[in-house]
Amino acid sequence: MPNYQLDQLDQLEAEAIFIFRETAAQFENPALLFSGGKDSIVMAWLARKAFWPARMPFPLVHIDTGHNFEETMTYRDEFVDLIRANLVVGSVQDSIDRGRVVEEKGVNASRNKLQTVTLLDTIEENQYDACLGGGRRDEEKARAKERFFSHRDDFGQWDPKNQRPELWNLFNGRKNPGEHFRVFPLSNFTEMDIWMYIKREKIPLPSIYFSHERDVFERNGSILAVTKFLKPQDHEPVTRRVVRFRTIGDATCTGAVESTAADLDDVIAEVAAARQTERGTRSDDKRSETAMEDRKKEGYF
Amino acid sequence: MDLLRFTTAGSVDDGKSTLIGRLLYDSKSIFEDQLEAMEESSRRRGDGNVNLALLTDGLKAEREQGITIDVAYRYFATPKRKFIIADTPGHTQYTRNMVTGASTANLAIILIDARKGVIEQTKRHSFIANLLRIQHLVVAVNKMDLVDYSEEVYKKIVKDFREFASRLDNIVEITDIPISALNGDNVVDKSEHMPWYQGPTFLYHLENVYVGGEENHVDARFPVQWVIRPMCDEWHDFRGYAGRVAGGIFKPGDEVTVLPSGFTTRVKAIHSPDGELEEAFAPQSVCITLTDEIDISRGDTLVKTNNPPHVEQDIEAMICWFSSKPMPPNAKLVVRHTTQETKAIVQEVKYHVDINTLHKIEGVTGFSMNDIGRISLRTAVPLIYDSYRRNRITGSFILIDPGTNETVAAGMII
Repeated sequence: MPNYQLDQLDQLEAEAIFIFRETAAQFENPALLFSGGKDSIVMAWLARKAFWPARMPFPLVHIDTGHNFEETMTYRDEFVDLIRANLVVGSVQDSIDRGRVVEEKGVNASRNKLQTVTLLDTIEENQYDACLGGGRRDEEKARAKERFFSHRDDFGQWDPKNQRPELWNLFNGRKNPGEHFRVFPLSNFTEMDIWMYIKREKIPLPSIYFSHERDVFERNGSILAVTKFLKPQDHEPVTRRVVRFRTIGDATCTGAVESTAADLDDVIAEVAAARQTERGTRSDDKRSETAMEDRKKEGYF
Repeated sequence: MDLLRFTTAGSVDDGKSTLIGRLLYDSKSIFEDQLEAMEESSRRRGDGNVNLALLTDGLKAEREQGITIDVAYRYFATPKRKFIIADTPGHTQYTRNMVTGASTANLAIILIDARKGVIEQTKRHSFIANLLRIQHLVVAVNKMDLVDYSEEVYKKIVKDFREFASRLDNIVEITDIPISALNGDNVVDKSEHMPWYQGPTFLYHLENVYVGGEENHVDARFPVQWVIRPMCDEWHDFRGYAGRVAGGIFKPGDEVTVLPSGFTTRVKAIHSPDGELEEAFAPQSVCITLTDEIDISRGDTLVKTNNPPHVEQDIEAMICWFSSKPMPPNAKLVVRHTTQETKAIVQEVKYHVDINTLHKIEGVTGFSMNDIGRISLRTAVPLIYDSYRRNRITGSFILIDPGTNETVAAGMII
């Protein structure tokens, strides 16, 4: 008798694919919110699997701040081709041109806040009734109680006091006109699961997740890259360092970390160690050194 | 690495938060900054030790603000296993939360305060775990430090519990462990205070307990979720049925019947983007093609021809009522079962169960929040089902109020 058991990544994958298919079946006009970060890349990868050999029956929606790292945009277009998805771009520049938002001024100006307006406008214009997002329950305490199918009222609000119970494999996506849902297929993934899955599936990632040499300068304790959107001031000396990015965001406000992690194994080891200090306040150099060692001693990786 | 989903239930004072905190702490699953914040809070409160219950502080704050708390999911991993805890705080929506948490769990933790022994709450937990067909129980007799680590006290509690549990017919395995969550005795490390206890520690047991065979690998069931039609040159005539195997094993060549239509055909192939599969079993998500062209859509179920499920409109079920709005007699509701949704009417309420005494209460007509009882349900179209006892996926349903779209009840088919 063979062992009919699935390992954890297979179980999480089967669950996520089930959720993607339920979303397609229960809603008229879903969309997948795609940031270009690792979680949304895993989302798109799973969506491709869920409907293969057909194309996924919903678009990827990317909110483009116009202030991206070049590598991210190149990656986005190649990845979208690879998984044969349709891409819908909501442009923050458009929102600025149409007067929906006003560009921030000053040396720390960023379009980070402006993108929410663009996102909500894009959802409304296209009348998406379910937005698939890459949120995970391990991210923070409040998220620990989030549902797979999360109901939003006609003001787009989440009412944590009045969530629908979710039992077994049964997801209730019924709604009144004007209401919509947020759907989270990766709910049961942890950050480490995401990295292990990327490794197992050999999912390509944007190159800036891995270490590379780059001209950077420091501002308010962050290491920022010199780009056409962000220039150092006179008192901020530019140095060339070996860095990588832990998250993918606006070039104006995404800080780099000094790292020599050049491939997935290195990054996974670094993440395992960093888990202890990612949100901490002390400088993490010395501590992550021993933290990584401690973890390895215990048999992780 | 495999995955164990377990559920914990209870109130603040039986040490549940402390136990979960201890597991996360001793398995080093806590971020350092969380730990520092906890140590700082403990110092400020004047606690002698680090107060592990503070890990669930966010929830407590909510409680103080009077916000309804429901099931929270927590994650931790050891080199042996990944764990998902469905943590269900006890309060007014107690039964609803416990039922929800238990519906996806393979194992339930029953916490008993060593000073109090088996009380009504213990019985309620165990009854619901059994009702939801959780086959493995861990009885953690907590606060052993407060009864001088007495073997006698522990033995008496275990005996009382086993006597009660002999009436719970779905439970196949019970492990009892004397612990002190506060001091860490027998949680991760073996206790020095209880040399008379030779069994495993709490975490060792969770890491090693065999929970295979929870899925049904006998009765082949495949509820169709979505029809995949690529409409492109490369896959010109491809028509695949996407779904998650709910039971049994499907292989290419198997003779299958499509329900409710009753047409019979064969499995042509089982597809995945990584190549064709030799077989598919629960809980895999796959795409199946058939040798004949038959009209099949969402809500239909593929089954092996020689092993059919029930196909009926009259359903007998145990339900748990979730809504604060009571169920009126002969309620008209929407039932969602596997990938099917249809209308239903509650024909009769047979009885409620008093979950403290396990006695039946007859002569009732409706349901209020947290009530558990047996009903007869008449559905507009036949459900394709197995008894819940045989298959948790094809034997379960939820009831939805068509007026509010709220999920108002969970049901298990008898």
